[in-house]
This record gives sequence, C-alpha cells and structure tokens, in this order.
Amino acid sequence: MDADIRLTVDGELHELTVDTRTTLLDLLRERLGNTSPKKGCDHGQCGACTVILDGERALLCLALAVAHDGAEITTANGLAPEGELHPVQQAFLDHDAFQCGYCTPGQVCSAVGLLSEVDRGWPSHATADLTSDPELSDAEVSERMSGNLCRCAAYATITPAVQQAGGAR
Amino acid sequence: MKPFAFARPGSVAEAVREVSAEPNAVFLGGGTNLVDHLKLGVARPDLVVDVRTLTSRETTDTADGGLLVGAAVSNSELAADRRVREHYPVLAQALLAGANGQLRNLATVGGNPLQRTRCVYFQDVTTACNKREPGSGCAAVGGYTRYHAVLGVPAALPDATAADTCIATHPSDMAVALAALDAVVHVLGPQGARTLPFRELHRLPGDDPSRDTVLGHGDLVTAIELPPLPMAARSTYRKVRDRASYAFALVSVAAALDVDGDTVRDVRLALGGVAHVPWRATRAEEVLRGGPATEHAFRAAAEAELAAAQPQPGVDGGNGFKIPLLTRTITATLRDLTEGATS
Ligand SMILES: Cc1cc2nc3c(=O)[nH]c(=O)nc-3n(C[C@H](O)[C@H](O)[C@H](O)COP(=O)(O)OP(=O)(O)OC[C@H]3O[C@@H](n4cnc5c(N)ncnc54)[C@H](O)[C@@H]3O)c2cc1C
Ligand code: SF4
Ligand code: FES
Ligand code: FES
Repeated sequence: MDADIRLTVDGELHELTVDTRTTLLDLLRERLGNTSPKKGCDHGQCGACTVILDGERALLCLALAVAHDGAEITTANGLAPEGELHPVQQAFLDHDAFQCGYCTPGQVCSAVGLLSEVDRGWPSHATADLTSDPELSDAEVSERMSGNLCRCAAYATITPAVQQAGGAR
Repeated sequence: MKPFAFARPGSVAEAVREVSAEPNAVFLGGGTNLVDHLKLGVARPDLVVDVRTLTSRETTDTADGGLLVGAAVSNSELAADRRVREHYPVLAQALLAGANGQLRNLATVGGNPLQRTRCVYFQDVTTACNKREPGSGCAAVGGYTRYHAVLGVPAALPDATAADTCIATHPSDMAVALAALDAVVHVLGPQGARTLPFRELHRLPGDDPSRDTVLGHGDLVTAIELPPLPMAARSTYRKVRDRASYAFALVSVAAALDVDGDTVRDVRLALGGVAHVPWRATRAEEVLRGGPATEHAFRAAAEAELAAAQPQPGVDGGNGFKIPLLTRTITATLRDLTEGATS
C-alpha cells in the first residue's frame, strides 16, 4: 500500500510516493541514492545507519518512512558544505578513527548528535552525578558511542577523535 | 514484510476509534520494537496507526507535586529532565541503562513499557512459542534460558508442549523503575479515559501467555504519572549484564530507601530480568520496613523475596545463577543507598 510523503535530506526537499513498509534507510539508499547511511544489521543493533533526524541522532533502519512525513534528515554527506569537512569528520581523519570505513558515516553522525546532547547537559549511564553537567571523559564517550559498533575495532582512536571535536583535547 | 495500511489520525480519540474498529490494528510509537517485529514477521498487522505525534510530548508538574509525562516524550528527553534527575534518579538511571542514544531518541514513554520480550524463540518465527502463536508450545523450555524468568513461574518444571507455558522476562529497564515508583498509567480506551496503577499493567502468563499486559484492544497509553515520593530523591537503578553497556539485563534492581538512624523507615524495591512482569519485591519490602538498615538484613530480605524462585534448566547451563546474583545485587544496591545517606 502506498502513501505520499515529503522529506528533506541534506537540504534537498523530496516529494515521494512510498510503500508503507519502506524504512527511511531503504528509501535513502535505494530511491535517493544516498548510500552514506549504511545497512549493517537492519535491526537497530549496529548503529551504521545513524543520521541526524529532526535535530537528534537516530537510526534509520527501524524508522518507517510514512511515519516520518515532513522530517529533516542530515546524513554524513550533508554535515558540511560540498568540499568541506565537519569538525567531527576532520577529527576522525586526524586520529585515523577508522579502518575499512563502513561504520564511519554512522559513527560521525552519532558523534555530532552526542556532542549536541552533552552541550545541552544530557546525562548518560556513565555520569556519576546525575545533577551535574557531563564532561567528555573516556568513559562518557565510550558509553555514549556504545550504539555504534565497529568490526575493525577502531574504538581506541574514535574516542579521542570525538573528544577533539568536542573541544576536550 | 506483510503489507499494511498506515494512518495518522488527527486526534488520540480518532486513533483509538481506528484501532478499535480493525481487529488486526496496532499503535505505532517510536517503532524501535514494532518495526523490528514487522521485519521478523512476529507482528503482522493489517493497519498501523501512528500515535507518536498525537500524544503529548510534554512533561508537566502535577498539582500534588508529581510529574505527568506524555506518551510521546522520548526516552532521552525524560532521562535528561532535571526534575526526573533530581527527584526520581532511579528512573533517569533506568532509562540511561537501556538501549543506546540513537534508540532512546526514537523510543517513546508510551512504547517502552509495552515493548515485547527479547526471548529469542519469540523473535524466531520458525520455533514454537505460545506468546507469538498461542497453543504452539514453548521452545524456551530446556533451551537457552539465560535471559528467562525465575520468579512468577510454576514450581514444577514447565511443560514445553502445554499451551500455557511461557518463561519469558519483560525486557524494559524503565518499567522496573516505574514499578518501584508506584507510577500511574493514563489510558484512553474505546470506553473512554481511565487510569491504572503501573504495577497492575503487566500480567503473569496465566492461561494466556500471548497477553503481556491487561490493556485491551484499542487501549492507548496517553501518559505516565509519577506521584510525589520524597524518598525517591535517594533512589538508584543497578543493572547487571553480559557487557558493560548496550545489553539487556540479566538482573536489575530499582530501589529507593528511607533510613532513620539505623532503621529502615520505608523502602521501594523492584526487580528486572527475572519475571514476565517488572517484579515489585513486596515480600522483601515487608521484611525490611521497620527493621535494621544493615547488610545482614538486606540479604535476609533478598533471600525472603527469592525463596520461591525457580531456576530454569537450559542448554546454556540454565539460569540458576540469577538467584545468588540477585541476592548480591539487591544487598549491594541497598547498602550503597545507606552509604549515600550517611555521607
Ligand atoms: C538493539 C536494541 C537494544 C535495546 N536495549 C534495551 C535495553 O537495554 N533496555 C530496554 O529497556 N530496552 C531496550 N531496547 C528496547 C527499546 O527500549 C524499545 O524498543 C523502546 O522503548 C520501545 O518504544 P517505541 O516508542 O519505539 O515503541 P514501538 O516500537 O513503537 O511500540 C512498542 C509496542 O508498544 C505499542 N505502543 C506504542 N506506543 C503505544 C501507546 N502510546 N499506547 C499503546 N500502545 C503503544 C506498539 O503497538 C508496540 O506493540 C532495545 C532495543 C533495541 C533495538
Ligand atoms: S518463553 Fe514465552 S516468549 Fe519465549 S518461547 Fe516460550 S512462550 Fe514464547
Ligand atoms: S543498520 Fe540500523 S542499526 Fe544496524
Ligand atoms: S572501520 Fe571498519 S567497521 Fe568500523
């Protein structure tokens, strides 16, 4: 069964007719040709499909396109103007925070969302005092990035990259 | 995935009417559980009614000093709310112990307590499962039982072929905190609005394991109310899992403690990962109230609660480890809360 939706992806408005079963992940990859969000597990477990959805980091593989009519999505492709790098992307390069790169667009978007959450004082499981404002300690970054798996295990360089982008290093 | 019609009505009342009118219709919140089940073939609705943008996304102060949390508030927003962090830390901690940042941003307050079990057989449509396919039996009996129940299960070894067997656990962390806090569920149903104690929302399998809760078809959760509970300012959630982060609970403990000198004046205790419901440990609470706030007493209370626990054998060694693990976790959680009190 079909439905009509509007979606803004990396600044571009799309008007689409979609099967109600389509996830945003398949829509972006198969229909819009934006392969920056990756399909790792398709079940919400790996984080490879992370983007910024209506201002917050979110997974695309468990999001039905019809349920997000009118949404604004920023993928790793659209974080910075054409030809430029977002500070998080630059930090990943500076720290060699990847090997094969498959998980990287999701890691980068997750880091962008995480830094915004920390700026707003959102706590995490690693925040000892819930009434305090969190800092970008190793424990905080690892906990907050725990939803982004990396089969190449680049974790040891991802953490300092996120800290650099957050101004902590 | 089986085809389905999709609707986003203009109001909650309309959403309730639409679901009530179609026997095979479901509500959609953040979709982090339901969409997974659509893909797995565990959920096969004809109509999906989206309520994520219909219910309230606000958390408001109530007249008596509690909080009313709209069903569309995200798990992250609720955990970040300063009022929750200060007055109900057990709830913020439980939310933050669940899933990950990206999932918590999508997951809703209405959907979280209604997420289905993570029993691997429930999620695998090729196996027998009374919860998914009533009457088909229970493949978990004697199978992988590491994440299964030890409380609220029959004293005799369950029968894998019986239609009423189910040894699944409820997977939500948030629900364990809500059970401890005596939260209240606001429901809009085909017969109108009503409230019910959160502790009565979930049900034991009984003779119908397919039903996780007492909600009827078309019952929409519109909000969750946290009553004022001054003692909850000293409360905590402790989750024990196979990894340090991003894993479901093997066991978990939500506790609030009010001590007067060396005496327990009042206590709230709920357990996760051990039963078909978030398990309010009323027996342990009775033992503790008015007694000494000592490690010995905490252990005795834990043992009293777990006296009826039934370990389930399994190909993975079974889940008998949960009983000593839970005894130690309850004891340590209460001890930490008393240490917080004296420092
Ligand atoms: C990889 C992974 C790890 C996870 N880890 C954890 C964890 O450690 N701890 C934990 O607690 N959870 C965990 N979760 C589960 C997650 O917390 C739930 O999926 C989420 O809270 C469900 O909320 P939702 O809004 O997305 O619900 P949905 O998926 O939209 O809905 C869930 C159910 O509730 C019904 N429903 C939704 N809203 C309403 C309403 N307002 N009224 C009536 N019915 C409604 C739906 O019909 C459906 O049956 C994990 C999930 C994933 C994918
Ligand atoms: S324990 Fe319950 S959910 Fe799991 S297979 Fe048995 S009946 Fe199904
Ligand atoms: S593809 Fe979405 S989380 Fe793995
Ligand atoms: S860099 Fe290869 S999966 Fe992360």
